This record gives sequence, structure tokens and C-alpha cells, in this order.
Amino acid sequence: MSRRPPLLLALPALLAVAFLLLPLLGIVAAAPWSALAGRLTAPAVTEALGLSLLVSGWALLISLLLGVPLAWLLARADFPGRALVRCLAILPMVLPPTVAGVALLQGLGRRGLLGGPLEALGVTLPFSTAGAVVAAVFVSMPFLVISLEGALTGLDPHFEEAAATMGAGPLRPLRSVTLPMTGPALTAGAALCWARALGEFGATITFAGNLPGTTQTLPLKVYLLLQDDPAGATAVSLLLLAIAAAVLFALRGRWLGPLRTSPD
Amino acid sequence: MTPARPPGRPGRPARRAAVPGPLIAALLLPAAVACGSDGGDGDSDGGGSVTLTVLAAASLTDVFTEAGEVYEEAHPGVTVRFSFAGSQELAAQVTQGAPADVLVTADTRTMADVADETAEPEIIARNELVIVTPPGNPADVTSLADLADPGLRLVLAAPEVPAGRYGQRILDAQGLEVTPDSQEPNVRAVLGKVELGEADAGLVYVTDATAAGDDVRAVPIPAGQNIVADYPAAALNGSDHPERAQEFVDWLAPPEVRALLPDAGFRSP
Repeated sequence: MSRRPPLLLALPALLAVAFLLLPLLGIVAAAPWSALAGRLTAPAVTEALGLSLLVSGWALLISLLLGVPLAWLLARADFPGRALVRCLAILPMVLPPTVAGVALLQGLGRRGLLGGPLEALGVTLPFSTAGAVVAAVFVSMPFLVISLEGALTGLDPHFEEAAATMGAGPLRPLRSVTLPMTGPALTAGAALCWARALGEFGATITFAGNLPGTTQTLPLKVYLLLQDDPAGATAVSLLLLAIAAAVLFALRGRWLGPLRTSPD
Repeated sequence: MTPARPPGRPGRPARRAAVPGPLIAALLLPAAVACGSDGGDGDSDGGGSVTLTVLAAASLTDVFTEAGEVYEEAHPGVTVRFSFAGSQELAAQVTQGAPADVLVTADTRTMADVADETAEPEIIARNELVIVTPPGNPADVTSLADLADPGLRLVLAAPEVPAGRYGQRILDAQGLEVTPDSQEPNVRAVLGKVELGEADAGLVYVTDATAAGDDVRAVPIPAGQNIVADYPAAALNGSDHPERAQEFVDWLAPPEVRALLPDAGFRSP
């Protein structure tokens, strides 16, 4: 009896599930199944897919290089303004992506704060693939940082200290304690970060523009396809939906599972 | 028409019913929600309040915002709400059944694509293209031919939208091969990129350049090389207020709006 959820909660919860599920079913129902292979192998789509993989791959790599140290610092180091830095690290998650795009233009665009110095170095980010990567890093890195910082904070530093007293060198605790215990969170954060980068739209079209082969990633392609080829847009949407679902499925099965049973 | 309230005391049972009610309505019956403001439809003196949703090409943003205010003043009880986007995107929204009353596109082809969904369209304005550069024209663009310089940061509208198609036709007619740095989803995005100085040049409508004022420099395209864009307006068959929608379309033609057109850079049809 007590295991049955009260009706008062179950009804809106079911409604929430229906609400989340319905649009996705819409894509599945409307997808041009018989012509799906043809749609997805159209040169314009494969070009956008290739670019999306390239951009999201670079975004993940850069996020790892910059985000892992940032997460460690936020979790372990005590420095003034840490709360502010944490806010800054999360902000892109709650910022409208188009606002992120405008911010990137005003910061790194040709007329932006760093535009002059960058141009002197021969670097112009807007309208370039590098610009699309920058946009993706800006919006996706927080997912990695937050995920990893949470795990590091939850990990008792005494474990690392104990490992340090038992072995020589600073790498030992990292290898024998920190990495194994935060590995799942790192993987989960990296997967979410990559998926977010793959799906990035607003900051990309605002900051990097829309040019096939250079900055037109799959989400941008979907947006433009919808204007004169809705079936094509639905087919590509189905592909992105499948990728997103696959990421979550993998996370749930292999990575998030062990995390949930770990002690506080 | 007032929204249905669950009967009974305002105690717990009522609250329980009130939670999913509106949600179900929003999920399953979007049309029913729109009916809420239906009361005045049919009154010719505008006694009831009606909201007209007008889907309009991005290039009309400024002149229509102004026109909407003029219309509302002349028609008490009517609120005009605009949704500005690329014409093709608006047409796609109409095809997908977006609840709207009037569609105004920047070319006749896009309007023709949704002919099944609209009443007879009327041409309400004409427009032309112009080259825009940031103030000071840093790349020294003086003609269409200059746009073919591969080193130039050129931004065009995407070929999916009318401004992009017009631009491509103009360039093709001159036998010019250009390499745009971006194909923006609507013409106002092109303008924005030029205003910000991210692009050295772009092709937009004369009206966009007019709206931007001193934020861009306009480099005219000679009449022989230019193109005339027709803007058709039509009431949508799916409108909840078909008469009001047609009234608005008729009003757009002569003469109240025409008075606004030249200031905005449009040509009267």
C-alpha cells in the first residue's frame, strides 16, 4: 500500500511524462522511415554530421583540458572568490544560448574586447569552424565542470591524503584514489558535455554564422531544412534524438549506476 | 467566455482537479485556448477584444511595428501581434498549423507555396536590395563586383529565404561568383552581422539599411542590376477571426500604410 504513489502526485507526474514523450513520439511518427537512409546520407547532411562530430569532438577535448583543472580547483583549493568562479562556471548552463552568442561576439568578435589582439595574431573566430568550437565549449564545458566538481567534493580528501602518505609522489593518490573514484563522474560529465556540444545551436548561429561545411552543424541544418524540406528536418532530428538517447542510455547503464549506490 | 472552473468547495478536491485541467487543455486543445478571446468576432464596431497574429517577413519589422500601432489606434479592441522571421520559416509555421491570422512574405513564391492555406494575397509593398557595409566601409566596397573578392568578409541571407534568393539572382545576373562567410537564416541577421562589424559587407533590403540608419553605410545597386521584391499579404484560412484578418490585409494596401512605406525605404506597389 505504502509503495503505491498517491494519486495526487501520480497524475501530474504521468502528465509530465506524457508531455515529455509526446513531441518525441511526434518525430518518430513523422519520420520518413522508408526514405530514411537516403535522407541521412544526402551529401548536405553527411557534411553537417561530419562537421558536428569534428566541432563537438574538439569542444570535448578543450573542455577536458580546461574544465578538469577548474573542477579540481573549485573542489579542492581554497581561494578568494571561489563562489563567484563557481557561478561563472555554471552561468552558461542557465544563459540563453543566443545571449552566449552575443557575449562571444562582444568578447571575441572582430570588434569585441579581444578582437584586436586576436586579429593581430591572424585569428578571426566568427564565421570559422574554430568559432563554432568556441561557442560549443562555452555552453558545454559547465556540464563537465559541475559533474566532476560534485564528485570531487563528495570524495573525502582523507582518502587522497592517506594514499599520499602510503606512496611516494603526488601522482600516486591521483592514480589509485582520485581517478578510480571520480572516473564515473568524469565520464558522465564528458558525455553530457559532448552531447550538449553536439546539440549546440543558438550560440553557434549567433557567433559563428551558418555556412555549409564550415559552421553549419547538424542542429543548424535541421533549422534550415525545416524551412523547405520538413521531412528532411524530421529525419535529421530523429538521428540527433537517437544520439542523445544513446548517450543517456549508456550513462544510465554503465556510469550513473555505480554512482548512485556510492556512499554520500 | 470564461474558463471552466471545477465546481464545488475551494478545498482540496477542487485544487486537485485544477492542476491538470489547464495543462490538459494546453496539451490537447490549443485551439480551445485561442477561443477564449473570441467574443467580439463579428462585431463590426470592434466592441469585443480581438488579437490578430500577423506573421511577417523579417524585413518588415520596423514599418509593421509602427503600422500595428496606427492600426490599433484606429481600431479599438483590436490588438495586433507580430511574429517576424524569414518568410520561408513563417510559411513553414503556417504549413505546420501555427495559430495565426495573417501572413506577409517578402516574395510571391513563398506565398504561392502556401496558397492552399491563404485567402487571395494582395501586394502591399515593394522593396529592393542594397549593399551594406559597416560605417566607414573598411573594405572599400563600391559595387556588386567588389563582393566577389575572396578576401572580403561577406554575409548573405541563406538561399532558403527570399532575400538570399534575390541576392543570388542579382549576383548570378552579373556573372559574379561570391564566397559568403555565412548564410544567415534571415535578412535581419545579415544586417546585425554588418552592424557589429563582423562582416565587411552584406546584401539586405533597402528598408533594412534605412532602419539601421547610421549604423551601416548603404552602397546602392544600380537599377539595371537590382531586383524588385514584391511583398504579398494574405489572410490565413486557419484564422479564428477571418473577417478581421481580411480587414487588416485590406487596410495594409491603401493608403494608411502607404504613407509609412516611403519613410521606411519601401516603394509603394
